[in-house]
Amino acid sequence: MVLTHLQRLEAEAIHILREAAAEADRPVMLYSAGKDSSVLLHLARKAFAPAPPPFPLLHVDTSWKFREMYALRDRVAAAAGMELIVHRNPEAQARGINPFEHGSALHTRLWKTDGLKQALDTHRFDVAIAGARRDEEGVRAKERIFSLRSRGHRWDPRQQRPELWRVYNLRKGEGESIRAFPLSNWTELDVWRYVEAEGVEVCSLYFAAPRPTVERNGTILVADDDRLPLFPGESLRQRFVRFRTLGCYPLSGAIESRARSVPEILAEMGATRLPERHGRLIDRDGTAAMERKKREGYF
Amino acid sequence: MPAAARSSLRFITCGSVDDGKSTLLGRLLVETGSASQAELARCGGDLARLLDALEAEREQGITIDLAHRFFASPRRSFIVADAPGHEQYTRNLVTGASNAELALVLVDARHGILPQTRRHSFLCRLLGVRAFVLVVSKMDLVGWDQSAFDRIVADYREVVPEFTAIPVSGRSGDNVARPSDQMPWYRGPTVLDHLDAADPATAEADSAPFRLPVQSVTRGGVRGLCGLVASGAVRPGDSLRVMPAGTSARVARILLGDATLEQAEAGQSVSIELTEPVDCARGDVLVAAEGAQVADQFEGTIIWLSGEELTPGRQYELKLAGQSALVTILPPKHEIDVNTFDRLPAKTLRMNGIGVAHFWTDHPIVFAPYRDCRELGGFIVIDRISNETVGAGLIHFALRRSENLSPQPPRLSREARAALKGQRPRLVWFTGLSGAGKSTIANLVEAKLYARGCHSFLLDGENIRLGLSRDLGFTDADRAENIRRVGETAKLMLDAGLIVLAAFISPFRAERRMVRALVGEEAFVEVFVHAPLEEAARRDPKGLYAKARAGRLPNFTGIDSPYEPPEHPELVIDTLEISAEDAAEEIVRFLGL
Repeated sequence: MVLTHLQRLEAEAIHILREAAAEADRPVMLYSAGKDSSVLLHLARKAFAPAPPPFPLLHVDTSWKFREMYALRDRVAAAAGMELIVHRNPEAQARGINPFEHGSALHTRLWKTDGLKQALDTHRFDVAIAGARRDEEGVRAKERIFSLRSRGHRWDPRQQRPELWRVYNLRKGEGESIRAFPLSNWTELDVWRYVEAEGVEVCSLYFAAPRPTVERNGTILVADDDRLPLFPGESLRQRFVRFRTLGCYPLSGAIESRARSVPEILAEMGATRLPERHGRLIDRDGTAAMERKKREGYF
Repeated sequence: MPAAARSSLRFITCGSVDDGKSTLLGRLLVETGSASQAELARCGGDLARLLDALEAEREQGITIDLAHRFFASPRRSFIVADAPGHEQYTRNLVTGASNAELALVLVDARHGILPQTRRHSFLCRLLGVRAFVLVVSKMDLVGWDQSAFDRIVADYREVVPEFTAIPVSGRSGDNVARPSDQMPWYRGPTVLDHLDAADPATAEADSAPFRLPVQSVTRGGVRGLCGLVASGAVRPGDSLRVMPAGTSARVARILLGDATLEQAEAGQSVSIELTEPVDCARGDVLVAAEGAQVADQFEGTIIWLSGEELTPGRQYELKLAGQSALVTILPPKHEIDVNTFDRLPAKTLRMNGIGVAHFWTDHPIVFAPYRDCRELGGFIVIDRISNETVGAGLIHFALRRSENLSPQPPRLSREARAALKGQRPRLVWFTGLSGAGKSTIANLVEAKLYARGCHSFLLDGENIRLGLSRDLGFTDADRAENIRRVGETAKLMLDAGLIVLAAFISPFRAERRMVRALVGEEAFVEVFVHAPLEEAARRDPKGLYAKARAGRLPNFTGIDSPYEPPEHPELVIDTLEISAEDAAEEIVRFLGL
């Protein structure tokens, strides 16, 4: 019998998760409540069954996620029997940083990039496992499976270690840390096919439903709570929408869709070829935006 | 096609932008509908630009590196390691080839086989790729001429004995994803058809014995031995051996998550329960019958990946499957010229150098020859100071099987011999610049030990360089080898129960760490005899600094060769502060004598 594509991807991801857990002093898994996180958590549970995964979940929160994401997060962490650490950058909280008044770039840097660094430093995590994929964006095509970060969590594209076979070098010096990406070789389609094959629970926002929306600069925003300010002339309108990617709700663009199940999503993806992160407003901050954010320590 | 039946193929592309590699990959993406509309719009119809982020990367000053591309046909998903054919070719290509099942080699129909074609093909074969596709590109530019194609195919047969050859035009798409009308003389498959159907027979074929390197052992009531099956297959009831111990055990259950499997095969990550509660931990390997050997001395191919050249004799860390060991690599038997495949004499390996060498590990490891099993025959070499991956290795064979060596009758122990002398064996290692006062102090220490009735011996340049290390010079490699010999000699003397004093400049931390590891932490006392360079040069008891500064003594420590002071010595003697006599007294006190 020849293994299928999904079986091989699954086996590879489990192998990476086990390597990370075996060689790290204080591993942690980043969890965002997105579909990649859902798949990663599912794989981690498979890798270490019957025991729970030997690391906590870390959610770097911005206080601006969709309410359904918070609910899913708390539910799955409990079901997996894993400790859930939620970190909100106290500085961003004290200064009330939000995407409307401060812009997406500052919002993302303070809540997410700085928040992540604070959380990793506070808990002295040395290996952070995350669900980033190489197909998401050009710069990530070159990312390693185990990626070394210097003091201050900076990524140096020139200082990457060659990765041969399945032998990974997790050695690091004082103050350095490692990011591990078990889904490196997965594509967005692979993630959805795996969700379907394994019955992985993903956030309901990925499925189309009538939601209160407003269209702004060509992007459809969903008003998840009453914090979304409406500009003069704007009003909320019910639209049948879903999300391909989830982040802070004021920064996540929805797409008009009728896809209410995974097979329908897969069918829809066969028809559209917009890049997945198209709906991410933060990626449009500049052409080299992702490269810069990564160097600074963003996932 | 349902996900349950979708297969996959991982391949590497070899060739440069000029060979039409980017155009071909771009064409494959477009024809399979794997490129997004935004990407298509961005490249403005120029397929080469679709995937060739190289230009953009160069402009942004980003390193050109191995990139991973993804596309899918209706039947199969492809993961492409796209290795740029530039300066870092060996490092990138070797990395990409290590996980590739097939190599797609691009050759421009106008130019034929180039040195880089041979080089890339050689590296792929070296890393164990068996399936080759020769894609002769730009056929439109030679008027779809069959004789041009046939010539290149014949030439390539001298590089790789077996391969599939396909004439294409990436620009027009002929024979990429749809058959060409222009070349009726070609009746073979298109590139995509071939990639769809290819079934690369790798070394890890079905007939190979079962091998599973253990990554970890599950907790929570069930003792599951976790790992990815490197080769072969296993079923409940099968007899296995746990290496290196060689313990026999039987498979009770095979688990993946909550599911129980009837069989596990190559490529699957599983958890295996044995019927007997045998000792097993990370680094051990479960094998069927003759699936693995255990040894500590090897011959193999070393590929050097670091800007800092290989230092033969220095201890590096070796990582193979879940096993780690200290490895010492001897000077290469020869280096391989990747353009001519000639064997060249070599003393070391520089960045991108490939050589055959003997090496040994500090303890026996479980392995299989690389040609039989990539997972148990391929290892990486890590620098112990910088933590960088500096090399990769492919094991050919063991020089001696260590199972033939180990069962020696118990001999007199170090402790027994030391007890007879009424002392604790120690190695006092004096390091510092030439002229710092190492030998002076060591001689005083030895006189004091003698007065106290201790059995000791002093090793220094006088008695080592003139005899045991007479054949060595003062290059970094020779210095490392000299220290290794001193370390081994000191170890024998410790086993004899002696207190050993060693006074050597020993400028490199790595070598001092090697000796520390060799003789054991508890026996090693590192004494840093410190004098500032200017003071040592002023003293210059042998007139060496004067010579070195005049350029008549190359590689002199402190002048044109570095000295790395110890980070955590047991003792620091500041020779500006205390006399040699007081220093010797302090050392004797430290030894508790």
